[in-house]
Amino acid sequence: MATAISVHNIGKQYKIGAAETKFRYNMLRDVIVDTVSAPVRLAKAMVGKSERRMNQNYVWALKDISFDLDEGKVLGIVGRNGAGKSTLLKILSRVTEPTTGSVTVRGRVGSLLEVGTGFHPELTGRENIYMNGAILGMKRSEIDSKFDEIVDFSEVTQFIDTPVKRYSSGMYLRLAFAVAAHLEPEILVVDEVLAVGDAEFQKKCLGKMNDVAQQGRTVLFVSHNMSAILRLTQEAIVLNKGQLIMRGPTQEAVDYYLSSGQSQAGERIWTADEVPAVSAPFTPISLKVKERSGKVVDTIRSTETVSVEFEYKLSSPVTGLRVGLYVSTMRGEYIFTSFDTDTPALYEKFDTREAGHYVSRAELPADIFNEGRYMVGVNASSFGVRRYFMDENALAFNVDISGAPGTQWGEPRVGPVRPRLNWKIEKMG
Amino acid sequence: MSELVKHEPHTVYIKPSKGLAALNLRDLWVYRELVFFMVWRDVKVKYKQTLLGMAWAVIQPVMTMLVFTFLFGKVAKLPTEGIPYPVFSFAALLPWGLFVTALNQGSRSLVAHNNMVTKIYFPRLILPMSAVFSGLVDFAIAFVILVFLMFYYQVTPAWNLIWTLPLFLLLAIVTALGVALWLSAINVQYRDVNQALPFLTQFWLFATPVAYSASVISEKWQVVYSLNPMAGVVNGFRWALLGTGSGPDIALWVSVAISVLIFISGLFYFRSMEKTFADTI
Repeated sequence: MATAISVHNIGKQYKIGAAETKFRYNMLRDVIVDTVSAPVRLAKAMVGKSERRMNQNYVWALKDISFDLDEGKVLGIVGRNGAGKSTLLKILSRVTEPTTGSVTVRGRVGSLLEVGTGFHPELTGRENIYMNGAILGMKRSEIDSKFDEIVDFSEVTQFIDTPVKRYSSGMYLRLAFAVAAHLEPEILVVDEVLAVGDAEFQKKCLGKMNDVAQQGRTVLFVSHNMSAILRLTQEAIVLNKGQLIMRGPTQEAVDYYLSSGQSQAGERIWTADEVPAVSAPFTPISLKVKERSGKVVDTIRSTETVSVEFEYKLSSPVTGLRVGLYVSTMRGEYIFTSFDTDTPALYEKFDTREAGHYVSRAELPADIFNEGRYMVGVNASSFGVRRYFMDENALAFNVDISGAPGTQWGEPRVGPVRPRLNWKIEKMG
Repeated sequence: MSELVKHEPHTVYIKPSKGLAALNLRDLWVYRELVFFMVWRDVKVKYKQTLLGMAWAVIQPVMTMLVFTFLFGKVAKLPTEGIPYPVFSFAALLPWGLFVTALNQGSRSLVAHNNMVTKIYFPRLILPMSAVFSGLVDFAIAFVILVFLMFYYQVTPAWNLIWTLPLFLLLAIVTALGVALWLSAINVQYRDVNQALPFLTQFWLFATPVAYSASVISEKWQVVYSLNPMAGVVNGFRWALLGTGSGPDIALWVSVAISVLIFISGLFYFRSMEKTFADTI
């Protein structure tokens, strides 16, 4: 069996830091100095790189990654946010260059990162199929021969000559996916795309991915959804902080990932310069998702209670302050909102909150979340007075549904909640 | 279900490119259809949901011509070497319009398509290239207007010279593409380009003999003046269409040389920056 992808010691270095200083226009003096010195900065940047070198830090998003993948294999890639999964896929699909190392790829790489890229709202479905196909590297003759199949798959047949700006978001997505799915690359790269679309459509996508794998093509599958990884891949690699720390059969790799603490990302810490001046007297410090043992976790089990802790400081007393959470799906649909003074008792007790250092802790009961990834946002405000601080995307966590109701059927369930309902079955006769 | 076409897949080596990356024209050839589709899309979308549609391609140069005719032809009474001022200025507005559109669209092309740049691989050269080419459609429409104008003012074209017109058109495209390559690549990192473009095009218009005749520039400054490659293009257009001016001389060759220099250096600068586009855009 031939090798489809061969990765040798690749590393990717990013520059960070320089951009941050740019957005701190707090003082008029800063603005003026900045404006006056702009031509000097530009000249320096064009001539030499002295200034940039000094201000910039470099981080390795990927370091010394090596692996081979045989043709026709499906490989899962797991790791927490920032582990380098997406960077790896971007290098394999040639969007960005590695800083070190080399990769040998046999065949065309198609990526489901790229659904709908180049779609233009003013063009019709038909025109966009051709446009998008060309962007993905298909020849016109190739698109001609697959056109009917693409339209069938997308289920938008009767609107094919309507501009896509008139499409519903579901139709748009189906059409975009249909084109990407029919590229028929030798190597397919899938990055969390299954998080989009309705359940019916997701099933179709998984089916297509299976077809691709069964046709002897190579698939790389990145997801935070461990059950999807388990269902669809036989082998997986685990990335942590840009390094490949494990490769093995999927079950082992997933267990390793979930248990070894590699998944610990469930916290968000605000540094001083991330907090806008207008939020005073409120200063957020951290937001953490903790399991019962008190350990900070990135992936929670849906069958266990977890707590969410929001730590903050008040530099002066605030009347009517409420500190709360929004929980939403990664698609941005809110699931619920809750504030620490929702209950009348606490509402009255904390009518005025003194200056000091606080933690507002909420317990999330077991059996609320379905599998997937969720976003926690925070808000600190006085109702009808003002909002001190808000961060809608403070942190994300994953939900693992092992042992949740209905897992005996290995199928995805629709909806973000998965309650354990008290069913009774009565025989009426 | 389509069956898997069995052919030996071609192998791609991905590694950091060192120094000036090779121009990789093979990939550009592989993706040639994309240039066509991008141009087709730009043209198709440009006048969608406008009341006047393609008429804009006529209105814009004609209005400019009318303003110029009033200001420079009637009020300032600039010399036009015996050609009616509307025809005289319109013959220059043709390549100038092409150049300005190409420069503006081309310089913004990478940033405007940043979702493509950050998501998929394709030769990035395609973006400024297709932006420049899509201006040709407006150019063709405006050309028809010029024919009407010449007919109306009974200006006889320089039949013996007109075959050189495509060469000057090529010079305009090469110049526009060269500048667009530089600016689009710089724009990825420094959005100052967006701010500078309106000013740049305005300044450049005054430095180019569009509203006036190049003959007002004194003899000894002609060569310096033609360091602006668009001066060569505009003079060339007037010469090929109307027979004015002296035709190819040292000044023209200076323009050609500068234009080619901008183009080649732009190509190499663009290619050397290309690898960082997806990271910095």
